[in-house]
Amino acid sequence: MNVTYLRFELLRLFRNRRFFVFSLVMPLGLYLAIAGPNRDERVDIGSGEIRFRLFYMVSMAGYGAMVAARGAGARVAMERSVGWNRQLRLTPLSPAMYFTAKVLTGYAMACASIALIYAAGISFGVRIHGEHWAQTTAFILIAIIPFAALGLLAGHLMTADSIGPAIGGAGAFFGILGGIWFPLPQDGFMHEFGQSLPSYWIAQASHTAYGGEAWPLRGWLVVAVWTAVIAALTVKIYQRDTARA
Amino acid sequence: MRTHDVDQGIALRSLVKSFPSAKGRVHAVRGVDLTIGKGETVALLGPNGAGKSTTIDMLLGLTEPDAGEVAVFGGTPQRAIAAGAIGAMLQSGGVLKDLTVRELVAMMGSLYPNPLPLQEVLELAGISDIADRMTAKLSGGQTQRVRFAVALVSNPDLLVLDEPTVAMDVEARREFWATMRRFSAAGKTVVFATHYLEEADAYADRIVLMARGRIVADGPSTEIKARVGSRTIRATLPGAAIDDLAALPGVGSAEAHGDTVILSCTDSDAAIRALLEKHPDARDIEITGAGLEQAFLALTTGDDVEEDVPA
Repeated sequence: MNVTYLRFELLRLFRNRRFFVFSLVMPLGLYLAIAGPNRDERVDIGSGEIRFRLFYMVSMAGYGAMVAARGAGARVAMERSVGWNRQLRLTPLSPAMYFTAKVLTGYAMACASIALIYAAGISFGVRIHGEHWAQTTAFILIAIIPFAALGLLAGHLMTADSIGPAIGGAGAFFGILGGIWFPLPQDGFMHEFGQSLPSYWIAQASHTAYGGEAWPLRGWLVVAVWTAVIAALTVKIYQRDTARA
Repeated sequence: MRTHDVDQGIALRSLVKSFPSAKGRVHAVRGVDLTIGKGETVALLGPNGAGKSTTIDMLLGLTEPDAGEVAVFGGTPQRAIAAGAIGAMLQSGGVLKDLTVRELVAMMGSLYPNPLPLQEVLELAGISDIADRMTAKLSGGQTQRVRFAVALVSNPDLLVLDEPTVAMDVEARREFWATMRRFSAAGKTVVFATHYLEEADAYADRIVLMARGRIVADGPSTEIKARVGSRTIRATLPGAAIDDLAALPGVGSAEAHGDTVILSCTDSDAAIRALLEKHPDARDIEITGAGLEQAFLALTTGDDVEEDVPA
């Protein structure tokens, strides 16, 4: 573990104010705008009812974390645009260390985003047990692994110019169809399809808020399969990605 | 213990590389054989599209050759890289943003087993005075120097520079090469690509001339310079005897087109003096350097002319 290298990667992340602020504003803004007026509504999450302020807090914490995790990929695209991926390839930096550093910057952003949304949720009156906070957070952090991989895949495939819209589009796709932005219908095709997306299981982290089970086996499988497939593709693309820009 | 043997130098054997492109396959490198000994400073000289950068990419293991082999210090480029034995300044790259110059060099240094002390690298590359500046705020020439520092920081045994002085003015260029000299004096092997004959001549022990994906000449700088550095004298001189002109000192060959005579010179200074002494009535005199492009064409005439190769 190269601590110096990691430290500079994180320093670069926090120095880039525009990127930093932009990644945090969108989910927080959505939460304040949508959960604010509806904070006391009740939502049926299948196995019971919870308050909208809690449901949407977990949704937006998950959405923000998902966006943040993918954001590491946008940074890869910027680095590739100045040929830095080729420069790094000429150092003893291992692919494992390279990806660890990138994923950690994504997670640093994700944690910042989650903390902000939680603060907003608490200000709207969300009160849950300490262990439920911990479980919900843990499930969100696990569920965004495939998105961190997806971001890195895009970062190694796309240019700095094209990755912005692609990430925005993918965010909307996974956000809407996975039931993060708005609750999905309780049955039918949309419900079934949504369950095969890893983003669906981010929203399901809210089940733990009142002591329920966040994911059945299917949830774990969906997240594991998406992660495995995208990570394998990413490694393949990374190995080939040494050409001159 | 080191996993590589610096004394074995570098060996490129029968390298071939082509790329797909919109206009069919581009044969960037068509059979390059090159052996470089420890401590040599070698210039890869050639016009754009000669295959220099592709050859360098294969030397560094960034591009897999279609055929042929690359050995760096007795092993694969990847092994030499893992040992921190190669430093490189690639063509037309930038630097990472959101760091100061000092931080960037320290970050890259942290990746190597035996980096040079930070301060020493900054001084060697001549960037101590801009060490605390953000990398995004540098001029083109300063950026090149920072990239040079990144190439030096591992204290590599092999330094590879692909057109390192592209963004520099004349003064910066001179300083850059002076720095390079200081570094290479310590028994380092240096390979650099350039399309400036003057640069190759002034800073390399040996010039490897490339054109259309092949090595067309390889030898000590002075020898190569004599081959490609010839000048041509053109003048209007009605009725002159071609054989007499060809016999003038410094003239290699002569031809006439109407009233215009064209003398290809081995020593244009001697030739012009002799010409004016014998033929004071010569007018419209022009002396031109052959230019690399022309010299390459001359050296490669008779070659199969296939598709052009992009840079």
